[in-house]
Amino acid sequence: MNPLTKIWNFLYRSFHRLGSPREFYKISRYATPLFGLLFISLTLLGAYQGLFLAPSDYQQGDSYRIIFVHVPAAWLSLFIYVVMAVAGAIGLIWRMKMAFVVNICSAPLGACFTALALTTGSLWGKPIWGAWWVWDARLTSELILLFLYFGVMAIYYAFEERKTAEKAAALLSVVGVVIVPIIHYSVEWWSSLHQGATVFREGGPAMPPSMLTPLLLMALGLTFFYGYILFLNMQNLVLKNEQKSAWVRELIQQQKSKQS
Amino acid sequence: MNWSEFFYMGGYAWYVWPSWGITILVMLALFVQSKLENAKIRRNIARQIAREQHSLQHNTTD
Repeated sequence: MNPLTKIWNFLYRSFHRLGSPREFYKISRYATPLFGLLFISLTLLGAYQGLFLAPSDYQQGDSYRIIFVHVPAAWLSLFIYVVMAVAGAIGLIWRMKMAFVVNICSAPLGACFTALALTTGSLWGKPIWGAWWVWDARLTSELILLFLYFGVMAIYYAFEERKTAEKAAALLSVVGVVIVPIIHYSVEWWSSLHQGATVFREGGPAMPPSMLTPLLLMALGLTFFYGYILFLNMQNLVLKNEQKSAWVRELIQQQKSKQS
Repeated sequence: MNWSEFFYMGGYAWYVWPSWGITILVMLALFVQSKLENAKIRRNIARQIAREQHSLQHNTTD
């Protein structure tokens, strides 16, 4: 067999294995604690550096330290939506069970981080702009994102039949993904009170390393937190969806005999 | 730098600490919720299995 066919077969097999709820459950038993460990260590290190080591900002003083929670939350609000849309598309095209699980388990997490980005932004806006809220392009588009997350969840829970619910939620996630570039470029397309991009911009980050390092650590740490909680919630949904299957019953009975 | 200066946050304490606090609170709530949900699902499945085994033993036609 030539090596290309070998690689193709390997990828094909892994894709199928990942698509099976049982295989996912097996893999997640190792992946979940790993995500948890990475989350805790990166976030603690980032928080320590951001609160104790990073210098004050010459314009905003210490108020800018909100950035270390605000920007990671805002980054996750967009990242989770993209994950949700990609998973939704994979589910719709290849009818992959686990893709729908990723899709629907991501929605409440995305909604939480969007709400956090809006709240911490508001707490930062008050001292710096003098207002808790302005109807500005960036803030308004982020608020629409929050309602998109709510919409995906509402659609999923509106249908009695699980397969219809999964498809409908995936479809809304795919269609709604246009909001992501709108939010990202909103500060360039419309005049805005919100500052422009500091990290992902032409010419590299406009921040000294003493501030950039904790920000990146926090962003990466919280991304692993998303992975950690996502996997926990996916395990829950898999157990619930597959409760009639033999392997779930075996798992529950094993755990019961261990307890008694 | 001493601790009271640290908590004072250059006068921005009322904005910085609630931001960090609510973030930690929401993350903690997400974690606790998924652990509780897991226990609930496991309990329900175990109960379902017990119910089926029970009816298997008693539902014999005699």
